[in-house]
Amino acid sequence: MSTTSPAPSTVTSLRVRSGRTVELLLVVLAVGIVTLAYVTVNLTAVGELPTDVWWHVGLFGALALGLHVVLRLRARYADPLLLPLATLLNGLGLVMIHRIDLVQVAGGTSGVASRQLLWTGLAMAMAAAVLVLLPDHRVLRRYTYIAMALGFVLLLLPMLPVIGQTVNGSRLWIRIGPFSFQPGELAKIAVAVFFAGYLVSTRDALSLVGRRVLGLQLPRARDLGPILVAWSLSVLILVLQRDLGSSLLFFGLFVAVLYVATERTSWIVIGLSLFVGGCVLAWRLFDHVQARVTLWLDPFAPEQSDQVAKGLMGLAHGGIFGAGLGNGFPYITYYANSDYIVGSFGEELGMVGLFALLMLYALLVERGLRTAIGSRDGFGKLLAVGLSFTVALQVFVIVGGITRVIPLTGLTTPFLSAGGSSLLANWIIVALLLRISDHARRPISERSQDPSIDAAERTEAST
Amino acid sequence: MNTPIRRLALVVFAMFTALLLSTTWIQFVQAEDLRERPGNRRTLIENYSRDRGAILVDGTPIATSERTDDELEWLRRYDQARRYAHLTGYYSFTYGAGLGLERSEDSVLAGTDDSLFYQRLSDVVTGTPTSGASIELTIDPAVQAAAAQALGDRRGAAVALDPRTGEILAMVSQPTFDPNALSSHQLSAVDEAYTSLTEDPTDPLVNRAIGGDLYPPGSVFKLVLAAAALESGEYEPDTELEGGLTYTLPGTETTLPNFGGAACDPEDRPTLAESVQVSCNTSFAWLAGELGADAVREQAEAFGFGQPLEVPMSVTPSIYPDTMDDAQLALTGIGQFEVRETPMQVAMISAAIANGGVTMTPYLVEEVRSSDVEVIETAEPRTRSRAVSQESASQLTEMMTQVVEQGSGQAAALPGIQVAGKTGTAEFGENGAAHAWFTGFAPADDPQIAVAVIVESATDNWVGETGGLVAAPVARAMLEAGVQR
Repeated sequence: MSTTSPAPSTVTSLRVRSGRTVELLLVVLAVGIVTLAYVTVNLTAVGELPTDVWWHVGLFGALALGLHVVLRLRARYADPLLLPLATLLNGLGLVMIHRIDLVQVAGGTSGVASRQLLWTGLAMAMAAAVLVLLPDHRVLRRYTYIAMALGFVLLLLPMLPVIGQTVNGSRLWIRIGPFSFQPGELAKIAVAVFFAGYLVSTRDALSLVGRRVLGLQLPRARDLGPILVAWSLSVLILVLQRDLGSSLLFFGLFVAVLYVATERTSWIVIGLSLFVGGCVLAWRLFDHVQARVTLWLDPFAPEQSDQVAKGLMGLAHGGIFGAGLGNGFPYITYYANSDYIVGSFGEELGMVGLFALLMLYALLVERGLRTAIGSRDGFGKLLAVGLSFTVALQVFVIVGGITRVIPLTGLTTPFLSAGGSSLLANWIIVALLLRISDHARRPISERSQDPSIDAAERTEAST
Repeated sequence: MNTPIRRLALVVFAMFTALLLSTTWIQFVQAEDLRERPGNRRTLIENYSRDRGAILVDGTPIATSERTDDELEWLRRYDQARRYAHLTGYYSFTYGAGLGLERSEDSVLAGTDDSLFYQRLSDVVTGTPTSGASIELTIDPAVQAAAAQALGDRRGAAVALDPRTGEILAMVSQPTFDPNALSSHQLSAVDEAYTSLTEDPTDPLVNRAIGGDLYPPGSVFKLVLAAAALESGEYEPDTELEGGLTYTLPGTETTLPNFGGAACDPEDRPTLAESVQVSCNTSFAWLAGELGADAVREQAEAFGFGQPLEVPMSVTPSIYPDTMDDAQLALTGIGQFEVRETPMQVAMISAAIANGGVTMTPYLVEEVRSSDVEVIETAEPRTRSRAVSQESASQLTEMMTQVVEQGSGQAAALPGIQVAGKTGTAEFGENGAAHAWFTGFAPADDPQIAVAVIVESATDNWVGETGGLVAAPVARAMLEAGVQR
């Protein structure tokens, strides 16, 4: 991404564009789009603007610009598209949540949007904190096994008595006082750090040793350990927490990072076979998995949940150009502001709007993968791949579930869904990607000179 | 590690492509089907968000939409609900637009019909919300009221047509129901009402005038036989037929008596005209055998049997059976065996005879008007078929006049107006229970209204209710209201 431009002086020097000005313009554009959407929703659904509309917009804009300033000060060379993309997605999510609030005021569940705005502030502040407190992502590598432990603890927290909560049959929540939280969302990040740290050290053993069978480089039996652990972990989530979506997410994350680390197709084959085996097993053992599959094959079959059917009808109602923001009936679908928020967008913005949303996600993932490619250290590469692939996979699983590509499993839609934990996790992901990209795009002259980290990198580079 | 990252990017690309395709499939390819799926709440709510057009009879609305302040913005209200229930049908959030015009003219009333395209276009331009078109019916409220009142609580049906145009002047089906109970926004009450209506053994939701299980026509079918005989060219009104006290069905030992065991003619040789006048069973059973099943069926079809008809509610085609032996053929001659008719079809036969042998297509919608009272469509009377020649028609009229003047249908006579008619008493079941029929038109020399009336047997036994006794007075009330128009 770094381009050169001739300086006006006679002495030619290379000046790397930081991209911060582009970022600023795009952030302003994103906030502008969100503002327009917010105004439109209010005018269409209610006919007037709420008194605090400018206050909301101002707060949201200030948050985004604040993060931009943090980037200017602490990560000058970070990717200029990540922040505007996340800002736009987050803002559109807020608008849609507010839109659902407008019709549910009578039902007593209003105020979800204000809570989400609060979470947005918290999440963006957390992202800023990550950028400030973590000047170099490679530091995280030191905490590989702590991250693993943290990931396990976070995943298992909902299983604890008292604070653990079962919501809609899945045990994914903890509740402390008035706050409920989905620790699995944060576990994603911890697990991604662990995978990256673990695999960057063991990738040689995993990729080089082993026998060739039928053109596949098979690993040694003892090297199979980690993948089996990851697999059993995801099956455990499936069994104990009855959560298909997270299970799929963790396993997909692991296989992807493993593949990138080892460059061995055999791992994909092994991973996919284990996954398919797990799926078949789950399908045979659990009623709720069977129900999901039946619902997927025939959403209109009688005597079962009409969730998928209602979502499809919502999308159909939107058609190509959508009913218009505030003009549809997205609230007919269950979870219209969380799991099914993409369905709500599809109904009001139509196929065209969904395409645009998917493009935003695709761009976000693409910037993440580009960061991975540009990154000069193995750990950064793997972490960036893991984090961006998580976003891609999550979008695929939930949108694919809604549009019947795969059976529906409950997962949050990154940045859009109502829910603080998801928002927090995704902003941290963006902050980490920003940090890695800053490192990747920074000119040599401005690199940090932390001897301990550089030493680690040198041993890595020798492989 | 960059090569696998690039490959992974391809995987991501494939994943997003799958999502784009699935989205396109649902929102573009399948969208129409999904929108039209029954029970799609969005489509229903959207329909409720429009001012649905009114249904009017002689300028007075019998179905209108009123603004409400609940989620379903409009409430459908029916005036004189029970009298017009089978014409209007109902408009229910849970059960959709059902029965009657609510169903068959749904798109016009909702404003989504193709014929309203320019209306919608101008609505978009001027920014007014789209509203449905209203429908003016051909119904004459006086005839409708006369029919409903004369039928009273008896189960049955009555249809009146203007034989010259095919306009439907009255259509009554008993028992009836209150469509307001189904259009209410109190959905649990609607459920209750709907369940009790569908479980009611008397089938109040069925429009007996045009559908349901159809009725055996009994002696009113003799008009078809008489028409076939005249059209064959081998019979004149004064041609003598074989008609003794009884008729032995060919190939069986079973004997068919006349009604009440009476003789049709002192010499057992009644003419065709006499046979119609006294509704002679033996001579018509014999006549059916003489004419043959094909000739009878051909004549029945010329009157409209076996053909689909939409008025715009769809009328179940009446049936003349396909296969039968000689004994059964003889029975069809008196409208028994498997002959089945709708009251609408019976009225169409009288109307064709009244209109010089030409059947006009019956219709119910006189005019469609847009929400700004601009006429969008006016019905044009359409000729459906020539059922009999002009000469046969006047001969049949003459015979039918005799039925009312001196024969079995004297209860339909009007002072100072010549009425033509034919009675029927159609047996069903094992114990001789029979439905009472009457069909006819008036005035005989300048027909303005043709009617068909059926009064269902109230019991499973024969209680002496003939067509002349219970159906003719209903017809008389309708004819009287009709000729005074």
